[in-house]
Amino acid sequence: MFKKGEIIRGIPASPGIAIGKAYVISDVVFHVEKRTIKEAELSEEIKKLEAALLKTKKEIQDIQKKMAKEMGAKYADIFDMQLMLLEDRVLLEEVIERLRKELLGVEYIFYDVLVKYKKALSKLDDAYLKERAQDIDDFGRRVLKNLMGKETSRLQYLKEKAIIVAHDLSPSDTAVLNKEYVLGFVTEVGGPTTHTAIMAKSFEIPAVVGAQNATLKIDSGQEIIVDGSAGVVVVNPGAEKIKEYEKRRDILRSKIDKLLKLKDIESKTKDGTKISIMANIELPHEVNSALDHGADGIGLYRTEYLYLNRPDLPSEEEQYQAYKLVTLQMAPKPVVIRTLDLGGDKFVSQLNIPYEINPFMGWRAIRFCLARPDVFKIQLRALLRASVHGDLRIMFPMISSVEEVKEIKKILREVMEELEKDEIPYNRDIKIGAMIETPSAALICDHFKGIVDFFSIGTNDLIQYSIAVDRGNEKIAYLYDPAHPGVLRLIEKIIASSREVGIPVAMCGEMAGDVLFFPLLLGFGLREFSVSPLIIPELKMVASHIDITQTEELARKVQEMESGHEVREFLKEKIKELLGTDYQELLEA
Amino acid sequence: MKVKKKMRVRAKLGLHARPAAMFVEAANKFISKIRVRKDDLVVDGKSILNILMLGVECGDEILVEAEGEDAHQAVETLQEIVDKEDV
Repeated sequence: MFKKGEIIRGIPASPGIAIGKAYVISDVVFHVEKRTIKEAELSEEIKKLEAALLKTKKEIQDIQKKMAKEMGAKYADIFDMQLMLLEDRVLLEEVIERLRKELLGVEYIFYDVLVKYKKALSKLDDAYLKERAQDIDDFGRRVLKNLMGKETSRLQYLKEKAIIVAHDLSPSDTAVLNKEYVLGFVTEVGGPTTHTAIMAKSFEIPAVVGAQNATLKIDSGQEIIVDGSAGVVVVNPGAEKIKEYEKRRDILRSKIDKLLKLKDIESKTKDGTKISIMANIELPHEVNSALDHGADGIGLYRTEYLYLNRPDLPSEEEQYQAYKLVTLQMAPKPVVIRTLDLGGDKFVSQLNIPYEINPFMGWRAIRFCLARPDVFKIQLRALLRASVHGDLRIMFPMISSVEEVKEIKKILREVMEELEKDEIPYNRDIKIGAMIETPSAALICDHFKGIVDFFSIGTNDLIQYSIAVDRGNEKIAYLYDPAHPGVLRLIEKIIASSREVGIPVAMCGEMAGDVLFFPLLLGFGLREFSVSPLIIPELKMVASHIDITQTEELARKVQEMESGHEVREFLKEKIKELLGTDYQELLEA
Repeated sequence: MKVKKKMRVRAKLGLHARPAAMFVEAANKFISKIRVRKDDLVVDGKSILNILMLGVECGDEILVEAEGEDAHQAVETLQEIVDKEDV
């Protein structure tokens, strides 16, 4: 039990505040008792097992259907392995044979056999098979529940509104979840790309991930607060804290309501300078959220999620359908689709990317794609095919030199020629762009003239590479600062030199959606922003209150400052000045 | 009737995901007993659990042995699956 108001810090994964009772899911393995049976009871025990398997099969098929409906057929494939396990005769025979020999309760034998297989699989030196051990776990839990007639404490039994606290949530957990009952998520496993984080964001449920020992520190039924914007969980908050957060939550809500009314205003500054505020998305259905929040386009569609949480690679057709859906729905607005950006903190078992000591600087993103043209070409072909449905543009991540883009273009041309040969239509004038996130590319933007059609600044990586700070390492996390004068100078240079050679430049990292930096970036000359859909109305509102000349003056002052702290304090003051007191309340919420 | 055949697995994913599922599904369509050997481990080819336990990767050599009236056909069908690069 925790002291009143104790705080657990984690990583903000999905914004918003949730207050409610915790529903803790612990992964404690089933407690299966050994009971002896008589020989005469054997056939009865076998019947029990068969009935349980049948019931489990129906349950899994139901989940599959639900998942296919909500998220598309491919996510439902996750359960194919479990269905095959249900029909595994060897498993069944092994259980029956041991049942005859040992005369113990069927649930114990079944459990013991599964544990044996699970242990053997998790020992194999193969990431994919290790994941299958989890399938066996999930499968075993379902069958045992049906065998013993007892309910497990997993998510499908959630019957009232609660905040889910778990070590980690699997796709099968979130699939059975009744979203209406979920106020928020807290998981111990970290990372903004975990399944939980992506799900929570796409369903707009507040979430904190990487909250260490949360399942030990929080008890089911206990009152907790999840602040998904700050990455904080308050345990046993007490009346006063609850009041404080309720107030904050209400302000946040009314702020969202007020801002949503502004979503359809044109994106321009007070003096009429046109800007563009686009959305970052990960799942195709988030296009709806982008449209609901008045996005001027999709500035970054991350395609990694198509490749995650599945045993195989997505086919050309499947990718084509996803890209087509997003492009069609946004048309005629632009949709910038980024090619596979794996490695770093995102891995896919089916690609066999080896373990690296320094993955962020390793074999990832475009480096991986160039080494595996077989994988890369399938994606390019799907993208080109989808390009006839609207303004689809392709962006390449982690570019560090001009040669890389030349090599990409060679491959792209090959794919185009193949399409010509097959008489499949595509947009011959498709725009291609480079993500600017390595300092080396940032310094030679002008050299890309005539080679790419646009840039997008990826600040998350650019900051970590230029300050040389691993953003996942909490000991040095304090060094990670977008306001660092070195970072700002680099960004200013990217924008200025791109403008000089006439290459349009956008920004799609976290920094683009931080209101604090918005006037400064405008002052540097940035006109295109791509941010989380939820932030779009706010940026539009802020833009409508400021004059470009003011931001340019502000930018000049910032360029003279020595420290990130100084920059932040200055920007805070300036924003208050620019927006007036009316919006101060909105911004502080 | 007993038929044995050495095969090299071409499936890029090895006998892991879909290829393993297809292999087991196909094996179950035959009356013959089907055993698969890799190195010192021999398992039942009709069990997904067993096949996964072999940890067969792309390029590995396996020995497939079928015993029964449709042994020939069984080995042929399984060879086809193992030969496919993209499943």
